Amino acid sequence: MQKFDVLTGVAAPLNIVNIDTDMIIPKQFLKTIKRTGLGKSLFYEMRYTPEGAEIADFVLNQPAWRKAEILVAGDNFGCGSSREHAPWALLDFGIRCVIATSFADIFYNNAFKNGILPIVVSPDDLAKLMDDAGRGANATLTIDLPNQEIRGPDGGVVKFEIDPFRKHCLLNGLDDIGLTMEKAKSISAYEKKAAQSRPWA
Amino acid sequence: MARKAVKKPAKKTARKARKPVKKAARKAARKLARKAKAPARKAAAKKAVKRSVNKAAPKKAAAKKAAKRSVKKAAKKTAAKRARSAAPLLAPARASTAKPRTLYDKIWDDHLVHEAADGTCLLYIDRHLVHEVTSPQAFEGLRLTGRKVRHPEKTLAVVDHNVPTTDRRHGIAEEESRIQVETLARNAQDFGIRYFNELDKRQGIVHVVGPEQGFTLPGTTIVCGDSHTSTHGAFGALAHGIGTSEVEHVLATQTLIQKKAKNMLVQVDGKLPAHSTAKDIILAVIGEIGTAGGTGSVIEFAGEAIRDLSMEGRMTVCNMTIEGGARAGMIAPDEKAYAYLKGRPMAPRGKLWDAARRHWDGLRTDAGAHFDRVVTLDAAALPPIVSWGTSPEDVMAITAVIPNPDDITDLGKRQSKWRALDYMGLKPGMRLTDVPLDVVWIGSCTNGRIEDLRAVAEMVKGKTKADNLAYVMVVPGSGLVKEQAEAEGLHHIFRAAGFEWREPGCSMCLGMNPDQLTPGQRCASTSNRNFEGRQGYKGRTHLVSPQMAAAAAIAGRFVDIRKLS
Repeated sequence: MQKFDVLTGVAAPLNIVNIDTDMIIPKQFLKTIKRTGLGKSLFYEMRYTPEGAEIADFVLNQPAWRKAEILVAGDNFGCGSSREHAPWALLDFGIRCVIATSFADIFYNNAFKNGILPIVVSPDDLAKLMDDAGRGANATLTIDLPNQEIRGPDGGVVKFEIDPFRKHCLLNGLDDIGLTMEKAKSISAYEKKAAQSRPWA
Repeated sequence: MARKAVKKPAKKTARKARKPVKKAARKAARKLARKAKAPARKAAAKKAVKRSVNKAAPKKAAAKKAAKRSVKKAAKKTAAKRARSAAPLLAPARASTAKPRTLYDKIWDDHLVHEAADGTCLLYIDRHLVHEVTSPQAFEGLRLTGRKVRHPEKTLAVVDHNVPTTDRRHGIAEEESRIQVETLARNAQDFGIRYFNELDKRQGIVHVVGPEQGFTLPGTTIVCGDSHTSTHGAFGALAHGIGTSEVEHVLATQTLIQKKAKNMLVQVDGKLPAHSTAKDIILAVIGEIGTAGGTGSVIEFAGEAIRDLSMEGRMTVCNMTIEGGARAGMIAPDEKAYAYLKGRPMAPRGKLWDAARRHWDGLRTDAGAHFDRVVTLDAAALPPIVSWGTSPEDVMAITAVIPNPDDITDLGKRQSKWRALDYMGLKPGMRLTDVPLDVVWIGSCTNGRIEDLRAVAEMVKGKTKADNLAYVMVVPGSGLVKEQAEAEGLHHIFRAAGFEWREPGCSMCLGMNPDQLTPGQRCASTSNRNFEGRQGYKGRTHLVSPQMAAAAAIAGRFVDIRKLS
């Protein structure tokens, strides 16, 4: 997994609530058996016409945000399906951080597993950041994970909370499975005990 | 874990137990009263449902009072009932010393492998369901790292998302779908996992297959790379969807890294009126709490209306819990759950079954257990519900009018609801009973079980589909559901009505196979998501119960099914 430390980049505003995973990556792209190559299909139905031409006014098609690395979005981002293709598509496009007032549980987990930092902020802070993001390439945001803060173009700072374990994994690019494998003894001990107490399971 | 039974008169425990429950119920009632007094800052969509729920009362204030009274009464009644029913089940030794626990707390405690100082936990996973869409990259990951599947016998694989619902004996025409299906078959074989292929009569939607096979059991932890895994909570299991990285994690370690969620109670009291269903309950709940309302929580559904539901109905409710944002939905296991599971191929038998039952009985939420949030719903006043927008929270009573997004103060939300109306080709003030439909689709892990098909058949028997509909498609949830429906002759009723009777799979619930809406088509669907493009590019989905879908298939538009003879 790619490490996440400090990121300075263009933020794209997407002020829609309940952006679901069907919007992020529609079903026809779930037939892949790979993790890569989904970036061109990110937000497909909002980004392209049925003939495959770019829709000019969609934010990621506009010159100022074509290279966005941060997404500022409405409440409940990533709701719906558990498809990890959603963070894979974001990552493949180049998005490393999504800021919203809340995230759907499964998407939130999936993001961390792929080196994407989802940040929860208050509605007031979101409004400010949405405004900053609206200024495109002229106004970059800095996401400072070690210090847990977002620095805006005008010197404004927004602090954010993050689970220490997830932060540690992101900063070091750690693989969950490897970490869990280190607890193999605990798992075996649990299994021995459970075979007695819940043999039917 | 089986706890030692300590002999103690049940009466005494019951007396002891009643007190804290009353307290909790009073707390819930107070909470609800506070909520009722709060200024009306809710979205217009919610109002629509609420308005119609309170329709019977002449004035709003009176309605509030009545609601408060009935909630108090209901809460008292339930508390007493729960204390009675819980009495012989409580483990007294624990009850006197330890904190009362919820169903979720108990299953969590039973599966805790390791807890770090910061609260990060390793949770043991008893059952893992795998399908073709979210697993290829997980198996690829195992191969790349040289890891094995820790417990192939705790894993069950089945194809469902990609399979065509037409005759598939000659293979899958669409190349990418075929590759994905073949990949699962190969992975299952290479890693020694049980697998139901597209020609196996046990094949079907993973969440229909699990319970049908007795793979789903109360008190177990169940995961799957699919958000609707919450379905299995109907049996009192802790079940939820996971991403592909977590699928790989579970395959390799049989555990999941988790933090404990909050406890939320959705109490549905009263008796459901005729023509209102489990689907209407869950749509109304989502309309009330919103699609992010359950975020960070596990919801336990309780109350008379939930207890009265069949297992199929309970699965419908738990299935859509994810649309309310909750990690999982669950219902306490009871005789109905046991009767459903007993004798199923993968369910325990003989003495093992008896021991399991005793353990399951002890899982019910203790009297006085703490819930971080309580939401109540009066089932007796529940009208048939239809969705109008592109989020499952966009719901209203069949008799209501489409709300005006301009009533919403939040800019992002207001814009999103206007966007939804524009997408759906609807305007504020319209009635859905006035809007003609193009397609009716019946199936999915929400409503593709035998009981759903029976309900549809009963409503359409001897009738034919409306001429304005391009087609009506019925897709059974599994091969066994199909077999049962055909044994009962339901397929004859559907075909006589002009409906298509298909092979099992996810089909048009998400349209990964050829079953898709074309742009602009308006569909009454018994599925779970009305997202933009969900059932096909620019397709328009209205979420409804099987009964409402059946009536719509005959009328060509939605009708107030309460008025049908």
